[in-house]
Amino acid sequence: MIIHVDQPVVEVHDLTVTYERRPVLWDIDFTLPGGILAGIIGPNGAGKTTLIKAAMDLVVPGSGFVRLFGKSLKEVRSKVSYVPQRRTVDWDFPASVYDVILMGTYPSLGLFRYPRKAEKELALDALRKVELEDFKNRQISQLSGGQQQRVFLARALTQNADLFFMDEPFAGVDAATEKTIIKVLQELTSHGKTVVVVHHDLQSVAKYFDWTIMIHSRLIASGPTSQVFTPELVEKTYGGKLDLLTEVAHLLQTEKLPPRED
Amino acid sequence: MIAERLAEFLSFSDPILLSVTLGVVLLSSTSAIVGTFTFLRKQALVGDAVAHSVLPGICLAFIIGESKNPIYLIIGAFITGWLSINLIHKITKTTRLKEDTAIALVLSVFFGVGIVLLTYIQHSGIPGHSGLDHILFGQAAAITRSDVHVFGMVSILLITSVLLFYKELKTTAFDSDFARSAGMKVSFADLMLTTLTVLAVVTGIQAVGVVLVAAMLITPPAAARYWTHDLPLMIILSAIFGAVSGFMGTLASYVLPNMPTGPWIIVTITGIAFFSFIFAPGKGVLFRLYHQFKVRRRMLTENVLKDMYMAGEKRGNHNNAFTLPEIAAHRRMHKEKLQSGLNKLYLDRFLKKDENGWHFTISGLNKARRLVKIHRLWETYLTRYVGIAPDHVHDDAEAIEHYITPELEKKLTDELDRPEKDPHESEIPYD
Ligand SMILES: Nc1ncnc2c1ncn2[C@@H]1O[C@H](COP(=O)(O)OP(=O)(O)OP(=O)(O)O)[C@@H](O)[C@H]1O
Ligand SMILES: [Mg+2]
Repeated sequence: MIIHVDQPVVEVHDLTVTYERRPVLWDIDFTLPGGILAGIIGPNGAGKTTLIKAAMDLVVPGSGFVRLFGKSLKEVRSKVSYVPQRRTVDWDFPASVYDVILMGTYPSLGLFRYPRKAEKELALDALRKVELEDFKNRQISQLSGGQQQRVFLARALTQNADLFFMDEPFAGVDAATEKTIIKVLQELTSHGKTVVVVHHDLQSVAKYFDWTIMIHSRLIASGPTSQVFTPELVEKTYGGKLDLLTEVAHLLQTEKLPPRED
Repeated sequence: MIAERLAEFLSFSDPILLSVTLGVVLLSSTSAIVGTFTFLRKQALVGDAVAHSVLPGICLAFIIGESKNPIYLIIGAFITGWLSINLIHKITKTTRLKEDTAIALVLSVFFGVGIVLLTYIQHSGIPGHSGLDHILFGQAAAITRSDVHVFGMVSILLITSVLLFYKELKTTAFDSDFARSAGMKVSFADLMLTTLTVLAVVTGIQAVGVVLVAAMLITPPAAARYWTHDLPLMIILSAIFGAVSGFMGTLASYVLPNMPTGPWIIVTITGIAFFSFIFAPGKGVLFRLYHQFKVRRRMLTENVLKDMYMAGEKRGNHNNAFTLPEIAAHRRMHKEKLQSGLNKLYLDRFLKKDENGWHFTISGLNKARRLVKIHRLWETYLTRYVGIAPDHVHDDAEAIEHYITPELEKKLTDELDRPEKDPHESEIPYD
C-alpha cells in the first residue's frame, strides 16, 4: 500500500540503486508530506541507509531521482540536513563535543570564513536542547553511544534545516536519551519541519511516527502509520517472502547480468 | 673534538650551515603540519606511496631538463606523485581491489620505474648526474641558499593553505559523508590535501630521501596525538616535534663524523614518538599503568578496612586489636596482598600496630565506617531499584562502591530514605 500526497516535501521517483551491479533498491517510489515525523523501517540490509544516502546524493542511483521541496538537492541543500549512522565515524578524532556541534555551522559559512558569536550561540543552543551542557568540553572519544548520538543530533540542529534525514538516531541509546531525542524531533515537526528517521524498534513505531515507510529492497508500504503499520505489511517487510528477490539480486551479481535492459 | 664541533654548530657562524639548518627545520615542521591531516584521514600509507612515486618524476625531469635545478625536479616529482595518489583512489573506487592492495601496486610500479630511470641516468653520462642518487636517502648537506628560498615559499604556501581550508580539512577528516551532504567542498578538500601531501613529500625528499620521507609526515602527528585531544594544539605540537627532529638531524650530522642528516631526523622523531607513547599523560603506557596500580591499591586498602570493620561488628567492638586471621576471615585474599594493604594503611596512619595485631586510628575507623555504609547503601539501592537479587548484589556493589563520591553518597541516602538495614539485614552504620 503506497499513499501519495500532493505537493510533497520528499519525492522519491522510481529509484534503483546498485552496488557493484547488485541491486539493493528496486524501483522505490513514494512521496512524503511536510511537517511530519516519518520512520523508515525494514530488516538489516534492506537498503534503508542506501535510500537516505541516495536522497543526499551520497550514492549515485542507477535510475530514478529524488526531489526535495520539488527541487533537486543541489538547489535546496542548505535546507536539508543529514545525520549519518553513528558508527560511520572514528570517535577517536581530536575534537570536543562543542567542536563537533560547531561543525554544523560550517557549511553555511562557505570558504575562508569561521564561526563568530552568532554561530557559537547557535551551537550552544543546540547543546542545551540535547541536554549535553555538562559535556561541552568533553573529548568525543570519551562519550557513551547515547551521548555521541546526541552530539550528531545537535550538529544537525545548528544547520537550521527544514528537512532532516537521520540514520538510526535511536540505535544504542537508553530510554532517557530516547526521550530527549524524540522530544527534539517532535519540536522540529511542530515547527513545520520534516524529519525522516531510519528506525529499528517496531514497538515504538506507532507511538513515534506520523508516517511509515517500509522497505525490503523494494517498497512495501508508505503512508500514515495508522493505515500502513499493519501486522500483514510488517510480516511482508520482515518475513521470508522476499528471499526470492535477494536470490535474484545475488544471481545478477554473480552472473554479471545487467539489472535492466537499457 | 665533538664538543668543539657542537660549539661551532650552535654559534651558526657558518652561513651555509645556517641555511641548511633553516631549510631542514622549515621542511620538517611543514611536513608535520600537512601530515597531521594525512594522519587523521588514515592516509599514512598513501603518503608512503607518494614518496616512492615521485622518484620517476624526478628522474624524468632531470633527463628532460638536464639540470638539477630544484624547481624542475619539484615539478617532475609533483606530477608523478600526484598521479600516483589519484591512481590509488581510482583503483579503489572502480575495481574490487582494496586500498592497501592498490597502494602496494602503485608504490612498487612507480618506484620500480624510478629505479630503472635512476640507473639509466647513472650510466648515461648526462653532465651533473652525480648526486642524484641522493634522492633515495636525501642529502641535507647539499641544501643551498636558493633551495632554502624554494622551501620557504613552499612552506608558506602549505601553511596558508592549511589555515585557509582548515574548516574543510577538519570536517572532511572527521565525517566526510556529513561534509559532502552539507555541500562543503569535499572533493576540493581532498584535492587540496592530495596536493599538499605531494608538495610536502617532494620538498621533504631533499632532506631525508624518498625512502624515509613518509615518516616525516606521519610520525610527528602520531606523537602529538598522545599529548592532546585538541586539533589546533595537535597541529602546533606536531610542527614543533618536526622542527626539533629537523634541528637534531642537522646537528647530529654536523657534530658526529660521517653521519647522514635524514636518518638522524627520522631517529629523533621516532624517539619523540616512542617517548610520547610511554610517558604522555593520559594516553601514555606509563601513566595508564600507574593509574591502574593506584586504582587497584585503593580498592585493596578499602577492602581491608571494610573487612576489619565487619570483623569488629562480629565480635562487638572496634577498639581492640585485630589479628591477621580475623581480618582475612572475610574474603579470600593472598597473604602478601593483605599484608601490603595493611602496610599501606599503616603508612597512611589509618591503622596502628602493636604486639597483639592491628588497630584502627580514629580516622581509620571513620573511613572504614563510611565504606561499609556506602557498600550497604549501594547494595540496598541495587536490590530495590535495579531489581538484582540480594544474593547477587554483593559483587556488583564491590566494583562500584569505590567510586562513589560524597555527593553521590548523600543522594543515595536521601533517595533510599536513610534505610536502617541492607538487603542482608546488616545494620547500616551512619555517623
Ligand atoms: N558500499 C557498499 N558496497 C557494496 N554493497 C553495499 C555497500 N553498502 C551497502 N551495501 C549492501 O547493500 C545492502 C543494503 O545496505 P544498507 O546499508 O542500505 O542496509 P540497511 O537497511 O541500512 O541495513 P542496517 O539495518 O543493517 O543498517 C546490503 O546488502 C549491503 O551489504
Ligand atoms: Mg543502515
